[in-house]
Formats: sequence, C-alpha cells, structure tokens
Amino acid sequence: MKKKFTKVIALALCTMLFAAVPFGVSAHADNSYTYNYDYWGEFTDSPDAYAVGAVITAADLGIETNFSKPQSVAVFDDIIYVCDTGNNRIVLLERVGETKFKVIKEVTEITGNELNTFNGPTDVAVSEDGNIFVADKGNKRILKLDSNWNYLMQFDKPDDASLADSSDNFDFAPSKIVVDTAERVYCVADNVNKGLIKYENDGTFSGFVGATPVTYNFWDWFWKHFASQEQIEKMANFVPTQYDNLYMDNEGFIYVVTSKPTEEDIKSEAATVVRKLNLLGNDILVRNGSYAIYGDLYMGTGGKKTGPSRFCDITTLYNDIYICLDRNRGRLFGYDDQGHLVFAFGGTGNMDGYFNSAVSIDHIGKDLLVLDENDGAITLFVTTEYGRLIYDAVDQFDLGEYDKAENSWRKVMELNGNYDLAYIGIGRSLLRQKKYEEAMEYFKLKHDAENYSKAFKQYRKQWVEDHIVVIVVVILILFLVPMGIGRLKRVKHEIDTADIFQL
Amino acid sequence: MASKRSLRRKKFNKYKDSLKFAFYCCTHPIDGYWDLTHEKRGTMAVANTILFATVLMRILSLKYTSFIFVDINWEETNILLYIGTIVFPLALWVVGNWALTTLADGKGKLGQVYMATCYGMLPYPIVQLFLMIFSNGVTVDEAGFYTTVGTITLVYCAILIIVAMGQIHEYRAGKNLLFTLFSIFAVLVEVFILLLFFSMISQGIAYIVSLVKEMLFRI
Repeated sequence: MKKKFTKVIALALCTMLFAAVPFGVSAHADNSYTYNYDYWGEFTDSPDAYAVGAVITAADLGIETNFSKPQSVAVFDDIIYVCDTGNNRIVLLERVGETKFKVIKEVTEITGNELNTFNGPTDVAVSEDGNIFVADKGNKRILKLDSNWNYLMQFDKPDDASLADSSDNFDFAPSKIVVDTAERVYCVADNVNKGLIKYENDGTFSGFVGATPVTYNFWDWFWKHFASQEQIEKMANFVPTQYDNLYMDNEGFIYVVTSKPTEEDIKSEAATVVRKLNLLGNDILVRNGSYAIYGDLYMGTGGKKTGPSRFCDITTLYNDIYICLDRNRGRLFGYDDQGHLVFAFGGTGNMDGYFNSAVSIDHIGKDLLVLDENDGAITLFVTTEYGRLIYDAVDQFDLGEYDKAENSWRKVMELNGNYDLAYIGIGRSLLRQKKYEEAMEYFKLKHDAENYSKAFKQYRKQWVEDHIVVIVVVILILFLVPMGIGRLKRVKHEIDTADIFQL
Repeated sequence: MASKRSLRRKKFNKYKDSLKFAFYCCTHPIDGYWDLTHEKRGTMAVANTILFATVLMRILSLKYTSFIFVDINWEETNILLYIGTIVFPLALWVVGNWALTTLADGKGKLGQVYMATCYGMLPYPIVQLFLMIFSNGVTVDEAGFYTTVGTITLVYCAILIIVAMGQIHEYRAGKNLLFTLFSIFAVLVEVFILLLFFSMISQGIAYIVSLVKEMLFRI
C-alpha cells in the first residue's frame, strides 16, 4: 500500500516537472531580409541578392512637385518612364551613374489632338519603332504617340457586345498596357474579367486573350442532376480572369499577374496568380519548383498583414528570371525559368528597402526599380556579389559553359549553404559534364527526383556497359549451375537405375 | 535431457513447417486457411514473425527505398508512428472482427483471427523487400511499375485476409463479405470510442494535475 502511494506521488511530481518546462524555450532570431524556402517548405535565411542602391524621390531629382500616387515605372531603351498619375504627367529619367538619375523631361501635354493633356496616366509602353503608348485612364483611351509626343492615333473602348450589355454604364479604364513588335496592344482594363484586351495595330479590337479555360469537374456534373434551378445558377462555372498587370519579355511572351483569387484557391493551386501567355493566350509557365508560384508559402497574420502574397506587377530579366512584386507585404519574389524560387526579400516599413504600398516594378539591366505609390519614391535595387554570382551561374549554364557554371554555383553555395538551387545547379552542371555519379549525389541531397533520374539513367547505362562481362558471367552461372546440377543428378539416377548394374 | 532436445527440435520443425505453410496459404488461400486452424497447421510464432517482418519492412523501406518514391523528412519523423500504422489497425481489426463474428456463429477465436490476419499479410513484406531493392535501380519514368506492384500487393493482402476470415469462421462467401464490411464499421466505432476514452483520460489527468498544483500553492 505504501509502495503504491509513493509511486503515485512520484508520478504526480514527474507530471509537474514536465508541465513546468516552458514551451517557448527556443528564442527566435530575427529573420534575414532576404530568404528562401527549402524543399520541405521551411523558411531559410539567405544572404541578400539585392541591396538598396538608392531611394529616389522627386526632390532628389530636382522636380518641384512631388510624385502623387504614381502608378507605374517602366524602362524602355534605358529610359525610365514614371507615370505620375496624380499630377497627370509622365516623367522621363535617365541613369547617369551607378545610383544617380537625371530628369530628361516632364511630359504634361501632347500635340496633335484637341484633348492634349493626360488624365491620370497609369502606364507607358514603347514599341520597337520608338512610338510611345500611354494608358490615359481618366480619358478612357490608349494613346499612340511618336517619339516626340505627337498624337498618332488612339485605342478606345472595345466594340464588343459582351462589354456593352453586361453593364450599360461600363467605364472603359485601361490601366496597364504592353505593345508587341507589330505594335499590337495588349491591355489590362479595370472591371474586365475576360482576360487581356487585344487591339490590332490599326486600332481594331480583336478579342480577349488569356482567359482561364473553363474546366469540367465530375462532381459539378454530378450535382447538377440534383440541384434546383437557383442552385445551378449559383454554380455557374464561369471563371473570371481579372489581371492586375502584365509584362512582355524580349521573346514576346506576356507575363501576367493577378491578385484576385481567394486564399483557398491559391493554396489549393486551383488558381494561378502568375502566368506566361503565348500568342494564343495559353499559359506556358514552367512550374517545376518544389512549390507553386504564389510568393509566400505561409499566409498567416503578422505585422498587420494577412492572406497570400498579392502580386501587382512583374518584370522579366534577360535570363528569364522573373520578379513578382507583392503589394500585400511589400516583397519581391524572383523565380527562374523552371519555377524555382531564386530569392525573396523586402517587407513593409519606412526603412530603405521596405515599402508602404509598392505598385510597380521594372528592371534596368540586372538592377530593379520598385515604385512606391504612397511614398512617391522609386527604390533602386542593385545586385550584390551573391546575386551576381547566381546570375553568372545561370548565364554560364545557358551558354553551355558548364564547368564555369559549376564553379559559380559552388561559390554561391559557399555564401549560402542552405540554398537548394545551388546544389541543383551544381548537379545540372555536373550532369552536362557527364559526371553522373557526382551529379546524382547533389540531386539526392536536395530531393530533385527528375534530375536525379536523368543522371541515374546515364550512370546506369555506363555501369552496364562497363560491367557487361561480369553481368553475362553471373547470369550464365545462375542458369548453368542449376542446369548442371540437374544433369548430374539425372546421370547419377540413370547409373543407379541402369540394368547392367542391377544384380 | 534427450527428450528435452527432441522436444525443442520438434517445436522447431513445427515452426519451419508452419512457416512454409504460410507461403502455401498465399497461393492456395481457400484450402490453406481452412487447414490453418482446422488442421492446426498455423502457429502463433509464425504469425508473430510475419507481423515483425511487416513492421520491419515498413521501417526499412522508409530508409532504403530510393528517395524518388519515399521521401521522408527525418527531422519530423516518428518511427513509433509508422509502427503504429500497422499494429494499431491490426489490433482494431482483430478485436472488431472477433467481437462481431462471435455473435454470429463465427468459429474463430480471438487468437485465430489474429493468426489468420497475420498470415494474410505475408505478401507485403516479401514484395516490399524486392520493391525496396528494385526502387534503387529505376528512374522517375519507370516509377509506374513500383506503384502498380505496391498497390497490387496491398489488394492481394486484403483479399487474402478476407478469405482467411471466411475460412476460420466457416462462413459462406456472402456472409463473409457482409461481415468484412461490418468489421470495418466496427473498427470505426472502436476508433471513436478510443478517442472519447483518451480525451476523457487526458482531461482527468489535467484535473488531477491542477488539483495537486493548487494544493502545493496553498501549502
């Protein structure tokens, strides 16, 4: 009885001891400015790929009036066009030093049209021929101007029945535009949910591009048989596609982003927030990364921000690395052509490199320009050694200089041992150098099954070729030995049962 | 002394014989599982061996299967949990099946249900062993074979277990299938009861702990 009692006491004491251990023992260090996710989706600190080069305001540029709600920064032929939407002007800048910018001119009016001022211009695009296109949102038109800002023509509200009868008071509000080599205009307009508006170069509306294809779902079909008329109407399988912004890369593919899908749809990958559209409007974005392309993997509340990353602009570098701008948390997400997250950085705040309301991004060379609407400031990000090494490695790999690429990736790995892409990069370089066994090791470390299989296939082929003699011998032995034993037994049996030996 | 040794040898021979018989059961389930209990050709030792082999293969395949097929984050892996994925459903199934069939003229005893179920699991460790070795020699493109064979094994094991239940309880096919469904339902009920039980227990413990804490504060 006493023994039992002491046991109970001991148990109670043990329980208390465990209960007394505080749970939050591990102190959480501050996360680094730049980060990435590893294969398991764990947040990993990273060296900075970009550092703030300069924060440029109107005052720094020597302009009298500050930027007011600027909506777009766009770079064409090294000229930076800033749409100062609130002041109805477009400011042209030029980069004169590493971090120095100079105003070329401020454009507030055009010549050759009676309506010669802008009303809230939201975007600028320049064609190969040097013609300037302006999304003059407040005036409900897209202007086509020559390089001296003389009026050439304009693109008006598309003449489409679906826009007319869906709402009579539909206001045409073109907000973002790109122009292709043939001066066809692709436009994102407010309240249009059928994709991009496409105009031919003579100004005729030629249709919508890049709407989400309607998908058929077995369960929808199933339930429709039981649903009432009202329920069926609610289920209407119309997938609206309202893009936020677009960017045309140097091959003529249009990258589009949207911030409209719900958190659930983004998480379950029912909706994609970044697409790469070909001429037919089909999404051809490569998604080979460990995770879907939607920015932050964790959407919890923190710092008064909640929900998924909301991409409001995108830009594509010369090497097909595209950088998405998240206006929700003021972050930039760079993805490579395979859909791997290359880097992510930024945040909200008032320090340099943080944003209050980032709206637009473009690049000048490898450097990035991010426009903050409320601050009225452009932040210039310049590559760090780490960032340059990554780009070098990507470039060298693209050029077929695999030994150099391997070296660059190894240097990247020295700077950031947690970087999955460095391991995979080394592996891919080794694979091209026919060092299959080594390559397999790197792919295995970072769980890249596809590339591992590529390397393993070659390794296996080589192994079989090298060991063909051994393999043949082993197979022969496996077959011949049992056969020989069987034969021996049979002979022995025949001898044992032979008549001549029978007495 | 001599009799003791011969007894041990006899036991070992019996074990060897019933282990061989387990393989026979895989290929001749109806005949085999009848003899398992009725001719007393199965032994508990072999059943335990098969269960052990199954659990062992489950764990080994986590570590030694190519990462193309089984990718485990070892930092967040609890081996006991993986052992549980086999032992726990087995225990629930055995108890659930026995509890129901006893009420419906089932001839099998609890131990026999356990033994027959274990005998039915035999293909799993064998095929898994080959698949584990095989997986290290294939690429992603050839992954179909691995998954197909793995699935077929599971289905085959399920069929074996169902047939085994029918034989040891002396059920006809229709009744057997019906009681298989009932047993699955019984497993769900058991899970529900266990959840209830554990939440009650944990609340009870929490209550006692807080009581002791309170007392210690006052003293």
